[in-house]
Formats: sequence, C-alpha cells, structure tokens
Amino acid sequence: MDDKDIIVCRCEDISLAEIRQLIAKGHHTMDEIKRLSRCGMGPCQGRTCRSIVAQELARAIGKGIEEVVPSTYRPPIKPVKLDAFLRGEGDA
Amino acid sequence: MRKTAEVVIIGGGVHGCSIAYHLARQGCREVVLLEKETLASGGTGRSAAGIRHQFGTEVNIRLATASVRMMETLAEDLKYAPGIELKQGGYLMLAYSEGTLDQLRRNVELQHSLDLGIPSRILNPDEVKEIVPHLNMEGIIGASYCHKDGHVNPFHVTQAFAEAAARLGVEINTFTEVTGIKMQGHKVTGVVTNRGEISCSKVVNAAGPYGAVIGKMVGLDIPLYPERHQILVTEPLEEFLGPMVISFQHGTYFKQTPHGSLLMGVGDPLHEVKEFNQKSTWQFLEDVAKKITYHLPALKNVRIVRQWSGLYDITPDYQAILGATPKVEGFYLDIGWSGHGLQLGPVVGRVMSEIILGKEPFVNVDVMRLERFETGELYPEPACV
Repeated sequence: MDDKDIIVCRCEDISLAEIRQLIAKGHHTMDEIKRLSRCGMGPCQGRTCRSIVAQELARAIGKGIEEVVPSTYRPPIKPVKLDAFLRGEGDA
Repeated sequence: MRKTAEVVIIGGGVHGCSIAYHLARQGCREVVLLEKETLASGGTGRSAAGIRHQFGTEVNIRLATASVRMMETLAEDLKYAPGIELKQGGYLMLAYSEGTLDQLRRNVELQHSLDLGIPSRILNPDEVKEIVPHLNMEGIIGASYCHKDGHVNPFHVTQAFAEAAARLGVEINTFTEVTGIKMQGHKVTGVVTNRGEISCSKVVNAAGPYGAVIGKMVGLDIPLYPERHQILVTEPLEEFLGPMVISFQHGTYFKQTPHGSLLMGVGDPLHEVKEFNQKSTWQFLEDVAKKITYHLPALKNVRIVRQWSGLYDITPDYQAILGATPKVEGFYLDIGWSGHGLQLGPVVGRVMSEIILGKEPFVNVDVMRLERFETGELYPEPACV
C-alpha cells in the first residue's frame, strides 16, 4: 500500500508519507513532528498516532523506541466541555 | 559545529531565525544559530499566533505594518511550500469603559497619523455585533477594529526562515545550549556551548525569557523577567468567528484558527508565576471557562482539547530591547517582546541584521535601546494583553 494512503493520525488526517517526509527533512523529535504536521493535536490527543510516529522515528534514526522522547501529555487529556468548569458544587 | 563564525545568534525562535536569514541574505556568510531545544520551542510556538497593526506606540505600529505586509507574501518569498496559514480576519479590541475607549481612539489616531494606510477604525456597539453576532454585548460601549490583522502559524513562519537561512549557508544547531560568552576587555570573542566553543566577534541575544540570563554572561544587567501565560485550544468547529477578540479590561482573548479550533486565554499578571515554569494549571481552565463564556455564551458546549503555557519576556515598559550595547562591543539584543514578539519577528530580523552589519535600519528603533532604563526614557506600550 502506498504510504500516502496510510492514515497515521485520524483526527487530523495525516498520512504516513507526510510523517516520513518530515523525518527525512531532519525533524527527529516527536515534538517537531507534532508541531509541524498537527499529528496528535486532534481531539484524541494522539492515542493512535503517537506510537506509530515513535516507531517510524525509532526506525529512521536507528534507535530503540524506548529512546524516543514522547511529546508532553497535555491536560485535560480527554476533551471536556467548557461548561463542566462553570458549575459549582451542588449543581452537577 | 563550526569553530569560527562572523555572527552567533542565541535563540531559535522566530526572531533568531529571521535575523539569521536576513544576515545571510545580505551576504554575511558565517552565521551560526544556537537553540537549546528545537526551533520555535519557546515563546514563539507557544503564542496565540496573532498579527496586528493595532499598537499604541509609533515604533510598534511601523514595525507591525511592515511585518504584516511581509507575512502576506512570506511563503512565496521564502519558497516555503507548506505555507504559513495566514488568515486576515481582523482584531476586535473591546471597550467596556470610556477610559479604554479613549485609549483605543488614541491608538487608532496614532495609527492613521503615520500615513501607512492602516485600515483600523472605531466601531459602535451595533457594528461590533455585526462582526461577531454571538458576542455578549452587555457593557460594551465600542471597539477598535482592523480587518487586516489576523493569524499565522508560528512553527511554519519560523521554519520558513530557518530553511531559507540554511539554504544561504547559515548553520543551525538545535539542542545546543549556551553556557558562557568569552570576552576580551569589553569585546565579545566567542561563545561556549555544551557542544564546544565558537570564536566570533558578534553575538546576538535572541533568547526570549532567557535574555537576562544570557545578558549576565557579559556582565549586563537587563531588566527582563519571565512571566507564565496560559492558553487552551478547543476541538475544531465550522468557521464562525473572523477576528481575534480582545478585552484589555478582562485580560481575555479568543479567536478561531483556520484549522477551525478556538484559541483562548486570560492574562493574569498579578497571580501568574514569574519564573521559568511553563506547566499548565487547573485554575486556568476554570478562569477561562468563566470569562470566555461570558463573552461568548454559546461556547459552553465546546470541548477543550488541550492546554499549554509559555513564557513572556517582560520588561518594565512592555517594550522590546533592541540594538547594540555600548558597554559590550559586539553584543546585540533582540529580547523583551512582552507577549507581542512572534508577529514582529519577520521585520525585526531585517532591522537587527541592518544594525549588526552597520547599516541604517529601515525602521528607526532607537527608543528601544537598553540604555533607556538608565536614563529613565521608558516607552510604554499601552496595547498589551
């Protein structure tokens, strides 16, 4: 299968080809790939794509996947409605 | 890594990369840029990504006008295929009091008096409602608006400059931290990093919130401190909001990016930490939820996807510190942007390169020199959030 047709990040519609291009350009950190492609920035916050990108990166730079530094897990981790923060105790 | 260079730039944000590009473009062949993490990993990439003409001091207005113009053709000019995500949906600055409206009027008058063709204007509440129909109009007595203001993607702007600079021979070193600066008498002679030393006669401090730390390395006392600012982003929505909406009175802002997500933040200078801490807090979520849903009640059903924070590099008058330093030969400053640095990076890179190469800069930025803190000639920018 053509790597242009393999979707790595479903939230942001990023293909494996795009990830490989960024790595080939010299972006060898999870942070750079995320920030330049939006891969992992969608509502699921990278639940699927993080491990795929880490694998690709590890292979490309000849390291073990455990050596690839993950990007920061940012709160609130799961999407939360603004409304949830507006209620005081007792009106839940 | 090079062992010698003509100019070493410390900091791989938009300012550092833009200076590097503009130096190389004018024929400076040995330029090295040092970044302790990755490009745009500091204030640049953490910003709210706004660009605007609507400032309240002449120099910022001149710089901003040139910078917005540069952004309009930047991707083509720098041959940057991914583009910089430019959206010119305007900035809408709300006034809830006569005092604020007066200040906005003065800003717009100043913007017009410079004959730069800035299409900013004062709006009455009906006109405000036309631009943002869902806005809670309670208490709003007017606003200033400029439809040419907008948004760019900070990572791509920085990357565009970095790639163009690299093509012209600039050496860019990430994960390279400056640990010292070598001097002979009052002259800079080199830079010490965790990866070795570089001899050079010119050093540019574009280290953002670390600007004062770098300044200490040459014995300069720079009145600049870090201040954490927080921001969050929502799930993407259908396009419904053109401008960046700001209330200086509430310290709030929100906007919709071309991607569809909303960025929103609250400035809280009284309570925010003034140290190198860029962790996010729970309190911020509560604060934003309350304040932003006041402005736009319909947003209460929108989901927050992610929050983060970054550091402003604050100076006593919320203005940058630019130019050469008379006490240390070969040392140049481009720091202290106090929260409006990203948008001016493209043009200030050109100004700095001209200063470094001994030319007359195309915008006079003398009022932003470091010595103003000794002489007391502060130059306060009133339009900051």
